[in-house]
Amino acid sequence: MRQRDTWLVLVVLAIGLLALPFMTDALLGRGWVRILDFTLLYIMLALGLNIVVGYAGLLDLGYIAFFAVGAYCYALLGSPQLGLHFPFWVILPLSALLACLFGVLLGAPTLRLRGDYLAIVTLGFGEIIRIFLNNLNSPINITNGPQGIGMIDPIHLGSFSLGSTHELFGLTLPPVHLHYYLFLFFTLLVIFVSLRLEGSRIGRAWMAIREDEIAAKAMGINTRNIKLLAFAMGATFGGLAGGLFAGFQGFVSPESFGLAESITVLCMVVLGGMGNISGVLLGCLLLVVLPEVLRHGSGPAQQLLFGRSFVDPESLRMLLFGLALIVVMLWRPAGLWPSRQHRSELTAKDNLTKSSRDDRT
Amino acid sequence: MTTPELKSLLHVRNLKMSYGGIQALRGVDLDVAHGELIALIGSNGAGKTTLLKVLAGLLQPASGTVHYRGTPLMHHAAHQLVQEGLTLVPEGRGIFARLTVKENLQMGSYCRSDEPSIDRDMQNVYELFPRLFERHKQLAGTLSGGEQQMLALGRALMSRPTLLMLDEPSMGLAPMMVTKIFETIQEISARGVSILLVEQNAKLALEVAQRGYVLENGLITSSDSAAKLLVSPAVRQAYMGS
Repeated sequence: MRQRDTWLVLVVLAIGLLALPFMTDALLGRGWVRILDFTLLYIMLALGLNIVVGYAGLLDLGYIAFFAVGAYCYALLGSPQLGLHFPFWVILPLSALLACLFGVLLGAPTLRLRGDYLAIVTLGFGEIIRIFLNNLNSPINITNGPQGIGMIDPIHLGSFSLGSTHELFGLTLPPVHLHYYLFLFFTLLVIFVSLRLEGSRIGRAWMAIREDEIAAKAMGINTRNIKLLAFAMGATFGGLAGGLFAGFQGFVSPESFGLAESITVLCMVVLGGMGNISGVLLGCLLLVVLPEVLRHGSGPAQQLLFGRSFVDPESLRMLLFGLALIVVMLWRPAGLWPSRQHRSELTAKDNLTKSSRDDRT
Repeated sequence: MTTPELKSLLHVRNLKMSYGGIQALRGVDLDVAHGELIALIGSNGAGKTTLLKVLAGLLQPASGTVHYRGTPLMHHAAHQLVQEGLTLVPEGRGIFARLTVKENLQMGSYCRSDEPSIDRDMQNVYELFPRLFERHKQLAGTLSGGEQQMLALGRALMSRPTLLMLDEPSMGLAPMMVTKIFETIQEISARGVSILLVEQNAKLALEVAQRGYVLENGLITSSDSAAKLLVSPAVRQAYMGS
C-alpha cells in the first residue's frame, strides 16, 4: 500500500511537470514559461553550490564564474565567433569538464582557507573570470569583450533543433517548451546525483569537514582531496547549467556573470535551507518567482490601493525582495526547509528507547 | 639506540617543532610499548597538544624521529596514519555536531571497508556506551558534554586503533562523568589497545596509567612508573597542589 502511494505521487508529479509549460502558457503567458526555464537553470546552479556551501561548508562567493566558464565554453565552440560549430553532445560535456577544471584550479590554492578568508578569495576569483571575459577581445579577440558572443547555435539533438517550433503528437511545442523538457531532464539528473552524493561516504566526509576539519582529518579523511572534489563537483553542475544557458539564450556577455548573480544563487541555497535538496529547490522557486510576481504585481497593487503609482515598480520590487529575505532569515535562520528538522529528532528519541532493547537481543 | 624501536610500538626521539619563532617542542623523547597506557602530564602551554598533533600527522615536525611499529613515520599525512591504527581523539572532542550519533560513529570507520566487522565494532561501541545507542539517531550536537566525550571515544574505537591518543578527555566534564570516562579508558586499555593519554588532571591520569611522562616547556623533564610519579614531591607540588 505504502509503495503504491509513492508510485501514485511520482506519476502525478511526472504528469504535472510534463504539463507545466502548457498550463503556464495558457494561464500566465509565454513569458512565464521562459521564467520556468530559468528556474530550472537556477536549480542546477544552486544544487551545485549546495555541494560546496551546504555539504562541505566552504563559503564560495564566486560560484557564478563556473556558470560563466560553461556558458563561454559553449558559446566559443558553437558560434561564428571562432567559426566552430561542434554538436551539442560534444560541447555540453566539454563545458561541464572545463568548469570542473576551473573548480579544481580555484580549490587548490584555497585549501587552507576557511570562512571569511575563503569567501574573499572566491569573490576575487569570480571577478577575475568576469574581467577576463570582458577584456579578452584584444590583442586577439577571443570573447568579443563587453559586446559578448551572439548567434550561438541553438541546441540540436541530432537533427532535432530546439530553436524552432515543432509539432509533436498533435501538440505545438515552441522553443521555450522544448528547452523546458531538456532542462527538466538535466535538473532531474542533477537532483539524482545530489541525492546519491548526500547519502554516500563522500557526502558524509564533506559534512564532517564542514563540522570540524581537524576531527575529520583525525578520522582519516583526506581533506585535501575531498575538498577539491566538492569544488569540482559544484563547478561541474555550474558549467552544465552554463552550457545550457548559452544554448538557450543564443547570446552570452560578461554582465550576466556579476557578483549579484553569485549572491542570488547563494541566497537560494541559504534561504531554502543549506544542505537540504528540497530546501534548495524551494529557495530557487521562491527567488525566481517572487521577483517576477513583485515586478508584475506591485504596479497594479499600488494603483488599486492609492489610486496612483508612488514607487517605480522596478525599485519597489528589489525593496520588497530585500525585505522578504530579512524577514525569512529572522523568522527561520536555518532556512525555510532546514536539512534536519528538530521534530524528527524528538520523535525519534521516544521510539528508540523502546526499540533499542529489542534490537540488541 | 639502533633497534629499540622494534620492541616499542611508538618510539619518539628528539622531536622538535616550532610555531614561527616559538619552540613548542624542544626535543621530546617518548616510548609507548604494546598494550601500555601512558600518561603525559603537563601544564597549559607545555606542548602536550602539539606533541599529539605532530604524532597524528596534523602538524609537521621540524626535526627528530618517530618510529611506529618499527617503521619511521615522518611527513605522513593524518589520513595515512589512521589506516595504520594511530588514532587521535582531538582536544575539545571534535564531534560532528550536525551529524547524527550513528553517522559520527560511521565516520570513525571511514578508512575501513570490512563491512561485517564494522557492524560488529559498532555493536561493541554501543555496548560500551549504551547511552550512545539510545541516542543514535540524535544529532551529536544535542548530546551533553559527557556523552559527546563518549561519542568521541567510540568514534575513535571505530577506526580499530592500535594506539589511541587522547587529548584531555576530562576537559570541561562534571566529576562524575570524568570518573566514568576514565573507567572506560581503562576498559579500552584492558582490551589491548595502547593508549597515550594527555591530561591536565595529573592525579587521575597517573592513577590509571602504567607509566608517565612530565612535559614542561617542550621538554620531557621526568619519566617514571606512574606509581612513582604519583608520590614524587616535585610532581605533587607542581600538578596536584600539595
